Amino acid sequence: MAYQKDDVPVMQKWLDNPYLLVFLGITIPTVIYIVWGVMEIANIPIAH
Amino acid sequence: MSAILPPSERIWWNQPVDKLELTWISIAFVWALVMFGMMIWWHAYGNQNLANETYRTTKEMFAAKAQAVVDKYTVRTETELQVPVVAPPPGSDIYLIARLWAWWPIFELEHGKTYTLHLSAMDYMHGFSLQPQNINIQVHPNYEHVIKITPNARGTYSIVCNEFCGIGHHTMAGRLYVK
Amino acid sequence: METTYRICPRSGLQFEDQAEKLMRFHAVCGVLSLLVGGIMALGVILTRWPAVHLLPADIFYLVLTAHGVDMLIFWIIFFEMAVLIFASSTLLRCRIATPKIAWFSSWLMVVGAIMTNIAIFQGESSVMFTSYVPMQAKWHFYLGLILFAVGALLICFVFLGTLVVAKAENTYEGSIPLVTFGALTACIIAIFTIAGGAIILVPTFFWSIGYIREIDTLMYRVIWWSLGHSSQQINVSAHVAIWYAIAAIVFGAKPMSEKVSRTAYFLYILFLQLASAHHILSDPGMSSEWKIVNTSYFMYFAVFASMIHGMTVPGAIEQAQRLKGYNKGLFEWLRKAPWGNPAFSAMFLSLVGFGFLGGITGVMMGAEQLNMLIHNTIYVPGHFHATVVVGTTLAFMGLTYFLVPALFKREVMFPGFAKIQPYLYGLAMYIVSLVMMGAGTLGVSRRHWDMAFAGAPMAYEWPGAAYLMMGLTGIFGVVAIVGGAGWILQIVLSIFFGKKLEGGEQRSIPQVLTLPPPTPGGAAHPPATPGTLVLALVFLTAFILYYFVNWKYLSSLWGLS
Repeated sequence: MAYQKDDVPVMQKWLDNPYLLVFLGITIPTVIYIVWGVMEIANIPIAH
Repeated sequence: MSAILPPSERIWWNQPVDKLELTWISIAFVWALVMFGMMIWWHAYGNQNLANETYRTTKEMFAAKAQAVVDKYTVRTETELQVPVVAPPPGSDIYLIARLWAWWPIFELEHGKTYTLHLSAMDYMHGFSLQPQNINIQVHPNYEHVIKITPNARGTYSIVCNEFCGIGHHTMAGRLYVK
Repeated sequence: METTYRICPRSGLQFEDQAEKLMRFHAVCGVLSLLVGGIMALGVILTRWPAVHLLPADIFYLVLTAHGVDMLIFWIIFFEMAVLIFASSTLLRCRIATPKIAWFSSWLMVVGAIMTNIAIFQGESSVMFTSYVPMQAKWHFYLGLILFAVGALLICFVFLGTLVVAKAENTYEGSIPLVTFGALTACIIAIFTIAGGAIILVPTFFWSIGYIREIDTLMYRVIWWSLGHSSQQINVSAHVAIWYAIAAIVFGAKPMSEKVSRTAYFLYILFLQLASAHHILSDPGMSSEWKIVNTSYFMYFAVFASMIHGMTVPGAIEQAQRLKGYNKGLFEWLRKAPWGNPAFSAMFLSLVGFGFLGGITGVMMGAEQLNMLIHNTIYVPGHFHATVVVGTTLAFMGLTYFLVPALFKREVMFPGFAKIQPYLYGLAMYIVSLVMMGAGTLGVSRRHWDMAFAGAPMAYEWPGAAYLMMGLTGIFGVVAIVGGAGWILQIVLSIFFGKKLEGGEQRSIPQVLTLPPPTPGGAAHPPATPGTLVLALVFLTAFILYYFVNWKYLSSLWGLS
């Protein structure tokens, strides 16, 4: 190997890590879109 | 090498980025922020912001409210179906019912005056599409959407349904007057 | 499991036996779905063409439902599964993980697709692609979609497993190729998409058989669109990966910067799915904060990423062409590009059309307030025919011209037709998108059987221009269908009757790719790309003008607050 593992910048390490990417790619939209969205629907007041 | 092979430089993160590419990235970033800001700016300074005021309701409750306004302010009826034409005073609450396959009733509004429009559906979802203005709003059953509207031009308008609501969908068109 | 590897003598790619068969299987299933969807397209277009108005209302809505489901779900996802397998097993030169599960999932997808189609053609499930509650389809409409989705989800896991296999067995060095990274992006978005679909379709299925009394309409729309829209974001990631792949295959183009392109994909992974909110902007009940954050992909980061891809793909081609000596002026590299090679022309038309027609309009209609102008009008299908058809389908078609010899070991028949096919199909579809968006700007509804409102007590009369636009939609729609049908015919005939090509050497162990040692001090400085920057600036100008014209239009409407 012509390079040391330690030389790899942290961002490259992240982008080379599919598990991290899968985690982020599922969590972020689930929280921002689905969870936040469902909370808003649940909080719609009742007409009187 | 190429995009279908692993990067030839093992540590590609530290490769310098081309100057023209960097120029474009900066421009694109600024444009993205401008577009983001535009929506917020329009809330502060624009006159066309769809209200989010919404209530959970029932079909019966909404129909009763609509009926009350119709009973009070009907001035005449139109078509063979005797659809009431309702002319409520400016500033009042008006209730528009979407159902298979009609918009009910017909409102007669005054130019430049503000009304509080309540929208709800009795069965399926419907699409409120005001023509030829081209204002389009989704209408849900069991939700009451409350929007302040200020007509800015006189004329006869149509309300077309633009959410698929079954076989008679294409016959679902209503009317609205601005005097 | 014993397997063999074949080195394709034409492309130099290494195909593992199981992976190769799976790819062929999915490509064929995709093309069959496209065939069904394409026949349905003819019914749709000939009915919406006001002068023809072919089908009765019930058949029209049936056909429109089939067209939507077969195209937007089955065709693209089948093909994308082939892309995932290609990007993992083939590009990483390794065996596919758990081939038995992969086959099981593939058949599950087929069973699901057939089940949903049966439900639609039986005629009691004409609920459109979106199947909004409380309009109810038959139970097997939903069950078919669920089975299909489960199958696709399992293949996403096979893809991730194959990445693990490649890493463990050291079949590549360093980082995964950019195209594989793009496929990984598509895979991640697919997992989110399918999970969202499951959350809403499973209860809807139980509702259809009477176990659940009611599904909330707003809840349905919000969650359903995390399936409906994100599934189209899988396409974006996949076809951008194909742009990079075709640039690499045709030109030997190297990405301008791995860092920039991968970061752009990373922004897709984080934010692209949020755009599901584009469909909820004119709905009651959701706050403007939720709408703005989601519709803008958290501050337009995904649009920013697309604009980066839109520059780096042609930029990479420009660099490769300039290195070959096409250096005169700004655009010699583009003039001297192989415009007769359908893989390239399809890819380039896909790129330009996706950016100019699909991208700009998508961002316009995704602005919270502007959405009111076009919500549920035929502008929306106009837009997504520019993204999904011009962008995705055309890119897939381009890739297929490369796959037929590489994967099916057959020569593409009718090379003369192949030369013009991308133009015929692509340019006709450009026009279809434009005129549909024109009609939508005038307010014409989507999913509407009769713009003359036959039988309505209070009919509305659309302006003559709207009729003209819908007439043009009909004419150019038919041209596009001819181009698409020609493609299907050509590919199917080539697969069965094309000249057989040599399969190449069979091996029992994979040949590992070793890269040349890194050059000290980095690679030679690549040429600059002024031509691409000029094209990008033209794009930006069009974008800014169109964006603000629509705000101007909005400002003339009734006051709303």
